[in-house]
Amino acid sequence: MTPRFTRLVGFAAFAVFVVFVAVLPSFISDFKAQQYAYVGIYLIALLGLNILTGYTGQISLGHGAFMAIGGYTSAILMAGNEQFGGPLSGGLKDVWTIPLAGLVAGLAGLAFGLPALRLSGLYLALATFAIAVSLPSAVKRFEEFTGGGSGINLFGTPELTGSLTPVEIFDRTLTYNDWLYYLSWSSALVAFAVAWLILRDRTGRAFRAVRDSETAAVSSGVSLARYKMLAFGISAAYAGVAGGLYAIANTFVNPDTFPIALSIFLLVGVVVGGLGGLSGLLFGAIFIYFLPLWSQGQDLGSLLPDSVVQGDTIGIPLLGDFVFKGTSAAGGPAIVYGIVLILLMFLIPNGVSGIFRRVGQLVSRRRYSRSS
Amino acid sequence: MQQVVTGLASGGVYALLALALVIIHRSTGVINFAQGEMATLSTYVAWTLIAHHGWRYWPAFVATLALSFVGGVATHRIVIRPVEGGSVLRIVIVTIGMLIAINGFVIWQWGGEPQALRSPFGTDTFDIGGVVVSSHDIGTIAVALGIVVLLWALFRFTKVGLAIRASAVNPVEARLVGVRVTWMLALGWGLAATLGAVAGILTAPTVGLDPQMMQAVLIYAFAAAVLGGIDSPAGAVVGGLLLGVLLNMLSYLTQYDLFDWFSEELRLPIALLVILVVLLVRPSGLFGRPEVKRV
Repeated sequence: MTPRFTRLVGFAAFAVFVVFVAVLPSFISDFKAQQYAYVGIYLIALLGLNILTGYTGQISLGHGAFMAIGGYTSAILMAGNEQFGGPLSGGLKDVWTIPLAGLVAGLAGLAFGLPALRLSGLYLALATFAIAVSLPSAVKRFEEFTGGGSGINLFGTPELTGSLTPVEIFDRTLTYNDWLYYLSWSSALVAFAVAWLILRDRTGRAFRAVRDSETAAVSSGVSLARYKMLAFGISAAYAGVAGGLYAIANTFVNPDTFPIALSIFLLVGVVVGGLGGLSGLLFGAIFIYFLPLWSQGQDLGSLLPDSVVQGDTIGIPLLGDFVFKGTSAAGGPAIVYGIVLILLMFLIPNGVSGIFRRVGQLVSRRRYSRSS
Repeated sequence: MQQVVTGLASGGVYALLALALVIIHRSTGVINFAQGEMATLSTYVAWTLIAHHGWRYWPAFVATLALSFVGGVATHRIVIRPVEGGSVLRIVIVTIGMLIAINGFVIWQWGGEPQALRSPFGTDTFDIGGVVVSSHDIGTIAVALGIVVLLWALFRFTKVGLAIRASAVNPVEARLVGVRVTWMLALGWGLAATLGAVAGILTAPTVGLDPQMMQAVLIYAFAAAVLGGIDSPAGAVVGGLLLGVLLNMLSYLTQYDLFDWFSEELRLPIALLVILVVLLVRPSGLFGRPEVKRV
């Protein structure tokens, strides 16, 4: 497996994937198209977070906050905040707000990158966690700017493509969900390509040097400050783009659109997908979108021994009765999600990409060990 | 002055949870994002014993503490031990998985409706020199300080405490002198879980018992632990009390123009600000020692 060959295979795989993404909506239901649109949005955010956490080794539990910045930027640019007493009148078409959302979020990321230089590991995780938790409160506080608790509604505004008139591209009319799907996936594919370009040469190596050993990196001439800030800025920009798309997909934003759970899920997606591997991130995005839905639909009661039946009560000394409800009862999916997460960390600490890499290693090892 | 007393009471709760975080971080190097949820679970257990099985308050209290201790030890042995030496990220995700699972379990078993847990100290209020103080607040401060003193005595004067401290500081050498390090670390987790249980039980009477009860408290506890020094138990306590008083004072000061930007919703962001400022200006906190890394 020469590097050239691997690269060609990579390109071919990517091309196949692009075609697959392009034709998929014709084969799936409208609702599923919307679901996959969200997967695409998550993928963009994960690509960004992966650059920060996977490549540069900085843990962020706060990327939902950057998504929020992007989402609110988009919403404010579209609908304006005059109705709350704010200064902006909006009026920008939704598609154009996306790069701007990315830009604003990216600047915020750069700004945060500066103080973040002093934090590492757990402390950075803690600081970013705190930001993500307190952002909804801060958003509510500055009502004139953000619309406070009720947020900004985009549904029915002329700036939102497809809300008042059907979407027409190349003389074909798309359903709203299909439009959403194509919008997010074209953005995702572009984001993927950009990430690949950023990461393959010097910059990517510098990022990984920072992750593997800061001391060694500095001794080799890699500026920690520069690359850490850059990583924050780029990952925040990606999150901002994802946030803008998220706002468009939801057709509204309010403080609860970007809860701490989102930040947590993003980190989970990166870790499950595998740090540093771009293809694994697709699995990460699918994981964080579909696992909650999957665990809701499952009736894990069937895994219990036959003697225990739905609604059965078990008497535990001291605590009294313990009733078995199905896992679709409130809270059940979360239990499944949490346990699956822990098990995954036990079993595949390097994520899906890690598995790919192991397989790749096994294959190439075989080739090299054959006597020529 | 009134605000100071109420602040000390809520600060006492933050101090307890912060102490739990510090114990865990000092012994196993893990920041336990699930500490709040574990406390909530313990509080629900106490509530079940009292409300559903007719237990009297103090027996239920003690039983809950015992169960929480066992739970904490079990958590360390089952969930944390396998990933202890691994990457920071892995451990973070594991504790987050615990957070999600425990929160889900609480909702699944007891529902999301707020429940009432009465305070063991009653609802009287005392007027001391113009300051109105509730008996619950006094009780909270007393219990918090009492437990801190007990813990301090445990660590200082008992063999077990010494063993735990040794395991935290230097596991290798502790093993060489015969300390069963892994069990000591598990004990640390048990202690932390117990502290969390007390914090939860003291919080429930004032804010109502529901699954999200400890989430905000956890953030305040993080802020307190960071403020005091994440490896310093004394710092956690002082940090907690300081933070409680600070937040309450801000509420009080809003009547003055200088502070009228503050509103209830900003309590959490202020705590965040504390975390950020401390981490940036003096990462080891008030009482901590700066970390020195060997190259």
